[in-house]
Amino acid sequence: MLSIKNLHASIGGKEILKGINLEVKAGEVHAIMGPNGSGKSTLSAVLAGREEYEVTEGEVIFNGKNLLEMSPEDRAREGVFLAFQYPVEIPGVSNVNFLKTAINEIRAYKGLEPMEAKDFLIRLKEKQKLVELDGKLTNRSVNEGFSGGEKKRNEIFQMAILEPKLAILDETDSGLDIDALRIVANGVNKLKSKENATIVITHYQRLLDYIIPDVVHILYNGKIVKSGPKELALELEEKGYDFIKEEVGA
Amino acid sequence: MANEILAEQISKEYEYGFVTDIESDNLPKGLNEGVIRLISNKKNEPEWMLEYRLKAYGHWLTMEEPHWAHVSYPKPDFQNIIYYSVPKQKKQLNSLDEVDPELLKTYEKLGISMEEQKRLSGVESRIAVDFVMDSVSVKTTFKETLAEKGIIFCSFGEAVQEHPELVKKYMSSVVPYTDNFYAALNSAVFTDGSFCYIPKGVRCPMELSTYFRINSAGTGQFERTLIVADEDSYVSYLEGCTAPMRDENQLHAAVVEIVAHKNAEVKYSTVQNWYPGDREGKGGIFNFVTKRGICLEDNSKISWTQVETGSAVTWKYPSVILKGDNSVGEFYSVAVTNNYQQADTGTKMMHLGKNTRSTIISKGISAGFSNNSYRGLVRISKGATNARNFSQCDSLLMGDKCGAHTYPYIEIKDKSGIVEHEATTSKIGEDQLFYCKSRGIDNEKAIGLIVNGYCKEVLNKLPMEFAVEAQKLLAVSLEGSVG
Repeated sequence: MLSIKNLHASIGGKEILKGINLEVKAGEVHAIMGPNGSGKSTLSAVLAGREEYEVTEGEVIFNGKNLLEMSPEDRAREGVFLAFQYPVEIPGVSNVNFLKTAINEIRAYKGLEPMEAKDFLIRLKEKQKLVELDGKLTNRSVNEGFSGGEKKRNEIFQMAILEPKLAILDETDSGLDIDALRIVANGVNKLKSKENATIVITHYQRLLDYIIPDVVHILYNGKIVKSGPKELALELEEKGYDFIKEEVGA
Repeated sequence: MANEILAEQISKEYEYGFVTDIESDNLPKGLNEGVIRLISNKKNEPEWMLEYRLKAYGHWLTMEEPHWAHVSYPKPDFQNIIYYSVPKQKKQLNSLDEVDPELLKTYEKLGISMEEQKRLSGVESRIAVDFVMDSVSVKTTFKETLAEKGIIFCSFGEAVQEHPELVKKYMSSVVPYTDNFYAALNSAVFTDGSFCYIPKGVRCPMELSTYFRINSAGTGQFERTLIVADEDSYVSYLEGCTAPMRDENQLHAAVVEIVAHKNAEVKYSTVQNWYPGDREGKGGIFNFVTKRGICLEDNSKISWTQVETGSAVTWKYPSVILKGDNSVGEFYSVAVTNNYQQADTGTKMMHLGKNTRSTIISKGISAGFSNNSYRGLVRISKGATNARNFSQCDSLLMGDKCGAHTYPYIEIKDKSGIVEHEATTSKIGEDQLFYCKSRGIDNEKAIGLIVNGYCKEVLNKLPMEFAVEAQKLLAVSLEGSVG
């Protein structure tokens, strides 16, 4: 589904990603872990198409298409979803209106008619339950006045509504208490299928107690320095990131 | 990337820039006592009206153009304006069938329904329309239906003929001709406009509206609107305006007066879409307008809602004098400037009565090279005990070449008064735009969403049909303003 080859990216002339290679297949969950400043968020931003980042080398193929040539909105329409580390507030725009606009834009891209109001409502209700989101929040302005946990839950709710092929969760666990973490993780697990894939970017191992990854990658200094089964996350938790630094001889 | 989108979208044309090919009866350019006498004569006015005009003209000659607004523009040449231009009509109209087909086409293009019979189906919206083209009102609908309730809704010229006692009593009672330079000019040369009187205890059953259209080249539009709501009455009034695209600037200097008696309520909504000029700032309407209402007696209420997207230069402060005890004044405004447009707009809330309350919500949006200023005065006079005001002035900047300015003036002469003022300035966030894009929403739609969200509190105050129009208009006015 996703194939990243030798990806280099920089911001303001400073190279952050220094040759990333990653293969993600449908049905898989990949975890990317790494210390602060290793390039985790840069990777998710580059995949989603943030314009501040300049890709200097490498390629990203998503379902046979060159992802890097697409506008951010077209990437979303092709099925890439980024759950933001810091979800943005849009005052005055209701969640419902926002999602309806998004769904219909994606449908228009695929040559489909706008979704029937009834079908949209059914989907809304169904997914609301899935992420245990308070019905009131769906009618409120996008993320405005939401608590940290509500914002993160709202990201997963949006993901549930938009049904992406590839979901990238950028530090979705940060700032969540244990109950919220469980709810968010449950949502992600329930949305998992053979057709879609998930990349979980995290600093801590604890999210991986709830979302079990097929592969764990360790990102360090702009490169994936180690990949392994889910146990790698535990080892990392136990030994700290220093062991990686020693291992790669930094 | 940003520039590409900008270039692509900015070419969007002003939708109402067409000219109606209709013969008109014009006075020669220029202004002097003779022209004023001619206008009065053409309108077959009584002597008192001519006297009023001449007094106003005399006063105007002693006045200087105001320069305190944060706008700059070439001074209009008052001798190079046609003060009277009337589309020629063969005879008095009895039904819509007799209207010049060119005019009918104009209504259609502007999306105004002039057909009364539609309401019989029960589904069409019921809005009575007075259509003013250049210097005269060409048609007023639903007059008879309204008359059954005692409501007078007609052109100003007709009111002078048919209801001189009302016009004499109320005209100039809120905005005297001495008020300011453009009010004086208007008082001398005004040609038409709408008049509306709601009698005691009547709730007007439909929205009343006036559509102002400038058509002829070289003309200025000077109209006057007077709305009087008698005791325990209610009316909601709408105003729309457009003009052809021309390279030269055209002057629009109107006066609107509202009088609310005991327990009366008047809602006045404007969607101002005069031609704003091209993207280099050439042409467009100078919109210098004096709008003021007075809550004359206890428990009355006047509410202004405006969506200002047009005009090259706007200079406008719809205000409320809160004279009656417990009276309420409201001002809800969205002002959008793009390209080289300039707007200096706001309100004045003058608290005279006890327990008077006012609310000001102003949302400015600046894009391109434009300048957008909020200027507002809240005055609580001595004796206006327990008066309250709440003001909120937000500015949204799009791009880095435009300006947003806020000039709030607060004068409190009574210790019991409470005035709250909140102001914010924000830039339309790259983060917000990217967030929308990452959900599959493109740049233009995203801007539309964000801007409409930002203006929601004001748009919600507009009558339904108007709100939908205003939302579309906002999106069009700002297309291509952010990349």
